[in-house]
Amino acid sequence: MMSRIRRLNWNGIVLIGALLLVWQLLFEVAGENAMAAPVATVGYLLQLLGTAAFWSNVTATAAAFLLALTIALLLGLAIGFALGLHRFSAEVVEPILVSLYAVPKVTLYPIVLLAFGIGLPAKVAFGAIHGVIPMAIFTTTAIRTINPVLLKTARVMRLPPSVVARSIILPSALPEIFTGIRVSFSLTLIGTLLGEMFGSQRGLGYLLMTAIGLQNVRMIMAVTLLLVLFAASVSIALIAVDRRLHRFAG
Amino acid sequence: MTAAAWVRLTLVVGAILLLELLCRVGMIDHLTMPPPSEIMRDLVVLLASGRMNGAMLKTLLNVVIAFSTATVAGVGLGVAIHGMLTLRRGLEPLFATYYAIPVYAFYPLFIVLFGLGDAPQILIGFMLALVAVIMSTLNGLDRVSRVLLKTARMHRLGPAATAWHITLPSAAPYLLTGVKLAVAYAFIGVIGAEFIMSNTGIGYEISYAYNDFDNATMYPLIVLILVISIVVNAMLSRWEAALMRRRGNR
Repeated sequence: MMSRIRRLNWNGIVLIGALLLVWQLLFEVAGENAMAAPVATVGYLLQLLGTAAFWSNVTATAAAFLLALTIALLLGLAIGFALGLHRFSAEVVEPILVSLYAVPKVTLYPIVLLAFGIGLPAKVAFGAIHGVIPMAIFTTTAIRTINPVLLKTARVMRLPPSVVARSIILPSALPEIFTGIRVSFSLTLIGTLLGEMFGSQRGLGYLLMTAIGLQNVRMIMAVTLLLVLFAASVSIALIAVDRRLHRFAG
Repeated sequence: MTAAAWVRLTLVVGAILLLELLCRVGMIDHLTMPPPSEIMRDLVVLLASGRMNGAMLKTLLNVVIAFSTATVAGVGLGVAIHGMLTLRRGLEPLFATYYAIPVYAFYPLFIVLFGLGDAPQILIGFMLALVAVIMSTLNGLDRVSRVLLKTARMHRLGPAATAWHITLPSAAPYLLTGVKLAVAYAFIGVIGAEFIMSNTGIGYEISYAYNDFDNATMYPLIVLILVISIVVNAMLSRWEAALMRRRGNR
């Protein structure tokens, strides 16, 4: 197990090194006007992180994202539980969810904007729309694939619903639900940022859009780097937990 | 049609009728959303006028370019990576975190690098689609039965014959899953990018109509995109299920 973790870390380090090398080479080819070099970008990002104006944008995005993620997870869990426990409803609704999953949801953003107006609620709603569908799909599968023998045993033993939920449903559905949380996390982040890029006056997405207008390459690269670092590190942590849960569940 | 499919159809039709009713009685005001019947009429008028033909052609062309290059490159890279175990292990963390990274964050950078033409949009669609194809290819190649490969060796089949008679049929359903994802991702990527910033395409027309308060153009276009992506996805899903059956799964 120890050697496995070490190998993964080693792979990660080599990969990051390779990506930095590609970045530097691209910079050498593209030049000063089109790109910023890795070292310069990190320097500029650190400088930005020292200013209050930048932090206000970071917190605006963070607030919208957390709110959207909370809504997506809770709503997705509720839908997933309902569908997972009732087979016929799942047969009816699941194909609708799956086809909505593949739809370019950006096109729905104008409708969200018309319904909520420009600002925090629209961003949150749009982020949540992206996250809720995978959460619902994964939770449905998680509940439905619980070993029926366990549920029957519980019925034979006349276990009360609270005990069934705690000692059967939760442990056997948790790994799959957690995978749902992981996918939902990244899609909600994408949704929130898209919302900020198209109709918003604050946040990192808005910062990116104004930076394009001003041809501020350093700003674009610094914000992109921050987003990538955040998304990748949270995702790596979530994957680690995910793997442990799945191994534990066997 | 199964009972579930009938209920599903009734549910969808009922939802549309409810929307129609809410719009007609004024619970949803006309500036937010016109009634569905009006949207359909506007769509017919819009398509008949031919005003959107250029934009539709542009978007579809870009989607096709993004999707086909991603499929060819993805299968090629997948086959190559499959043969190199060290490289595959090294790339694992990248694949695992890839979809957590908001790819649209790179769009501003691409605009600065390539200008506001088709290239940045195609590149976003390509990037989103590529890794899904690579991962499905690897998955498909992993699932080719060893016994069949050994049998091929015993019969002294050449590499081309082995690929054609054994590897391809066994891996085909998984490859198709990748292709299906690639189509969805190419759509999402290209239209999302057009939407954020561009000067042609359906995504651009939708955002232009939104800024112009032109609901008679915006809603029909949104419906058009949704219908196209749902139909394409459903067709590919059917094909995928048929290939799975032929392979002997389920």
